[in-house]
Amino acid sequence: MDFIKGYQRANGEYGIRNHLLVIPTVICANQVCNRISQTVPGTVSIPHQHGCSQIGADKVRTFETLAGTGKNPNVGAVIIVSLGCEVIDPHELAKDIGATGKPVEVIDIQEVGGSVKAIQKGIEIAKRLRAELDQLPIVNMPISKLRIGVKCGGSDATSGMASNPALGVASDILIEKGGTVVISETTEIIGAEHVMAARCSSKEVADKLYHFIERFEIEINRMGADMRGGNPSPGNIAGGLSTIEEKSLGCISKCGTSPLVGAFEYAEAIPGKGLYFMDSPGNDIECVSGMAASGVHLVCFTTGRGTPTGAAVIPVIKITGNERVFKSMNDNLDVDVSAMLAGTLGLNEAGESIWQEIVEVADGKETKAEILGHQEFSINRIGPTL
Amino acid sequence: MAGEVVAGADALVVDEKDHVATALKDIQAGDTIHYRSKDQLVTVVALDPIPFGHKVALVDMEEGTHVMKYGEVIGRATVKIERGRHVHVHNVEGIRGRGDQSQGA
Repeated sequence: MDFIKGYQRANGEYGIRNHLLVIPTVICANQVCNRISQTVPGTVSIPHQHGCSQIGADKVRTFETLAGTGKNPNVGAVIIVSLGCEVIDPHELAKDIGATGKPVEVIDIQEVGGSVKAIQKGIEIAKRLRAELDQLPIVNMPISKLRIGVKCGGSDATSGMASNPALGVASDILIEKGGTVVISETTEIIGAEHVMAARCSSKEVADKLYHFIERFEIEINRMGADMRGGNPSPGNIAGGLSTIEEKSLGCISKCGTSPLVGAFEYAEAIPGKGLYFMDSPGNDIECVSGMAASGVHLVCFTTGRGTPTGAAVIPVIKITGNERVFKSMNDNLDVDVSAMLAGTLGLNEAGESIWQEIVEVADGKETKAEILGHQEFSINRIGPTL
Repeated sequence: MAGEVVAGADALVVDEKDHVATALKDIQAGDTIHYRSKDQLVTVVALDPIPFGHKVALVDMEEGTHVMKYGEVIGRATVKIERGRHVHVHNVEGIRGRGDQSQGA
């Protein structure tokens, strides 16, 4: 059996990183969280705009994204910072994350008496939890336990011709080894859904996929606008992509050729092993954050225009088929498969090189986004602010 | 996924049903573009500049033609497109995601 290095959690899951995460339940707690994470090395916070003036499914989505990020196996311990009057209940959040067996502590800014005291308390807790996490031994993690997200962003024509099909080969390798792959971006299978639906393991899965797309198209109709210009974006169009259909058909190859065994809502926990679809907009940060909340260990991210995208609790591996961009944005990009377009690198060879990078990053090698400290985080909204 | 690139090709045809090829380098109007289709080496003369990653028409298309790439429909021709022309947002529109054409609009 193939093994990589990992950290075993109380519930038996394995992480490939050992983060101490600081979660603001609401935008009002962002600054306190930032100060804690800036002061204690090895601590990451996820500032966001939400957590108050939200109701119904929209409030649930924010809760699930925060909870899922805390439950991600790359996270070893969590500090929740609450203002004290927001709609996201910090104790419910602590209970949900705490069910994994990892340490979770709550600080209430109104209760402790202001930012300074909350920061002070947070620093003390963070130092203690960090010291505990640093004692955790590195163990062998079966590669079959690895879950990856596949994502594309800042696409150009090279994405559909080189980096996405190459990533598809790597996706197939992981599925073959018993692992799990999550593809997403509902907007970016519009026009290619019949190809994806034909790969679904049951009619039920295909129906769910069509339901996700229909839901999006209703929203686009409600907006009364052509989606071109928003998606494909101005950069996609400059890179040669003319329509959403063309972009989608180039996108779907990044998940390889395995059967699609299930589809689930944004930020929900991945239900099992194999290839899954998660509902999400194509927006890079919302999508990657939703994947992290669903439990992926890392994301493989193809780009033709170049992007710095990283994530708070998971490594993001950037792959490009655009030779010029690999040179010009080298500090953001990890893998270059552009030789495929010169005819000097075969598809399988390119896929193997991505697979090697996945194994090395899972084993602890830092991605360019990690080295630069990219920790983007964003929650998808589905309702109005009250 | 078909269409691995042959060294020296100027443009890539992904599927034999495709109406377009994707430029693998910046092409000037008047340049002869070499590409492989159905295992044959074929040429087309560019009538427009075709930037790297952009598409060139391989066949004449009437207005309203469903334009094919990846062996699938990528959009609809909004004007007549001659073989050798640049195929992009000025002469192809998306069929899906058209909230501007919905009844609610």
